Amino acid sequence: MTLLALDRLSVTRAGRPVLEGATLTIGAGEVVGLIGPNGAGKTTLLRAALGLIPAKGHASLAALPPARRARAAAFLPQQRDIAWPMPVAAVVALGRVAHAGSAGPADRAAVERALAAMGLADLAARPATELSGGEQARVLIARVLAQEAPLILADEPVAGLDPAQQIATMQVFAAHAAAGGAVLASLHDLGLAARHCTRLVMMQAGRIVADGPPAAVLTGAHLARVFGIRAQLSEGPDGPLFQTLGLL
Amino acid sequence: MRPALLFPLLGLTVALLFAGSLLTGPAAIGLGDSLAALFRGEGEAVVLVMREIRLPRALLGLMVGAALGASGAAMQGLLRNPLAEPGLIGTSAAAALGAVIALQTGLAAAFPPALPLLALAGAVVSVLAILGLAGPRGGSLTLILAGIAISALAAAFTALVLSLSPNPFAASEIVFWMMGSLADRSMLHVWIALPAMLAGALLLAGTGRGLDALTLGEDAAATLGLPVARLRLAVVLGVAALVGAATAVAGAVGFVGLVVPHLLRRAVGARPARLVPAAALGGAAVVLAADIAVRLIAPDRDLKLGVLTALVGAPFFLHLILKSRGERP
Repeated sequence: MTLLALDRLSVTRAGRPVLEGATLTIGAGEVVGLIGPNGAGKTTLLRAALGLIPAKGHASLAALPPARRARAAAFLPQQRDIAWPMPVAAVVALGRVAHAGSAGPADRAAVERALAAMGLADLAARPATELSGGEQARVLIARVLAQEAPLILADEPVAGLDPAQQIATMQVFAAHAAAGGAVLASLHDLGLAARHCTRLVMMQAGRIVADGPPAAVLTGAHLARVFGIRAQLSEGPDGPLFQTLGLL
Repeated sequence: MRPALLFPLLGLTVALLFAGSLLTGPAAIGLGDSLAALFRGEGEAVVLVMREIRLPRALLGLMVGAALGASGAAMQGLLRNPLAEPGLIGTSAAAALGAVIALQTGLAAAFPPALPLLALAGAVVSVLAILGLAGPRGGSLTLILAGIAISALAAAFTALVLSLSPNPFAASEIVFWMMGSLADRSMLHVWIALPAMLAGALLLAGTGRGLDALTLGEDAAATLGLPVARLRLAVVLGVAALVGAATAVAGAVGFVGLVVPHLLRRAVGARPARLVPAAALGGAAVVLAADIAVRLIAPDRDLKLGVLTALVGAPFFLHLILKSRGERP
């Protein structure tokens, strides 16, 4: 089942194209890593896909009315914003705003599941703004899970997390995909992307330059041209191993 | 404190202070006499004092305080900033300008309702200006900048009217009016303020979910299915109606909209949706208490309400700053 379809999506900012002709289809079961150097257009692609910024071309989510879009896709912005010292459970429960009613037993159960998935059950009553940056990041991921939308769009979800939490988060995403959902997450850690994504989409200067399984995208030629680095991707005993070697 | 306890407690405080306001004044009237006069119309002079002087004053204290508290909480929620206050969008300065023009031209003397009505007109002009400047889809920063520009412009015009005033009595009347007071108001003021305040309250009542979701930022709120532009419009219009009406009948009563949401934020678990009604009750309690205090502290000197709220509010605000500085190194 297709959860996201972008067709020649383009965004121009101040006369300069920042996203050009992005065409992408994501189906159930996929964990898609969106990779590319700084300024490649990853955030713009995510925001345009959701209809948060005006764009030319077609985006399936942007075409939906806001209330239906909120039940089709959840978005984790790059900016980790928690404006008020609300208890962690209340912040996570904001994900349920997308659902009518939003305070019933089903909602409470969804919040409990999300807290448990991100290992936050012990912190549920603490004011979210008093937690560390990494813990706040997990609270916001839990909020996205609590929204229980089939598609999760996450902008640098693992930035600032410790290695264990990075892996745990990618496993949560994998479980979400295995349950019939899909994830599109922008990532800077290519090793994490290689191991935990079913598919990678590589961007450069506002364009999608490669799209496919990790081994097909993380090739020496692509990495040299897009990132300007040398790296090695090899098949290890339990999954692909990616090691950066140096600058070109 | 649990929210389940907070609201009844606030409601009880407001009810007690409202009764206290009814029973406070220069005319020494016993408790039984005043209640008999108020509800059953017994005793001619007492009825006049209770129904024409004290009842409107207590009602206006309740309404103005609730309006300022609720709009302060809503503005802070919308702008995601604990330093936002209801006057930020320029409504109070513009309403004050309208009132000043009414006083200066002598309209207020010839036709008393002209003052609150012109103040309301000033508030409407400021809202049209802010929506024109910030645009229906303008972001928070544009909104703040437009509000500052309108406030500065209205303050400049107020100063112009004052400096051109040929009549020193009109000038001093203007200065005293701008300090904010609930003295010598009538039921007419209540009826003028009430429709605008009800409209403002209705507009804010629908914003709770949206303000909660804005805790996560505008992008997150939008992807949670909330029409952020419509939410911003509702808050701006609601706050303008509440603050415009409050300024029109009471002048500038500062610090209530800024301090009361601070006081109650922790008690409601920092949720903007709960903070707005809590701050409405809290604001009503603070203004009623302050208005009782000005009558008790200086019964025959006409101490201005706005002076007292600023005198108490500003040091309290400093205390909050020092406390939060200690919490966040």
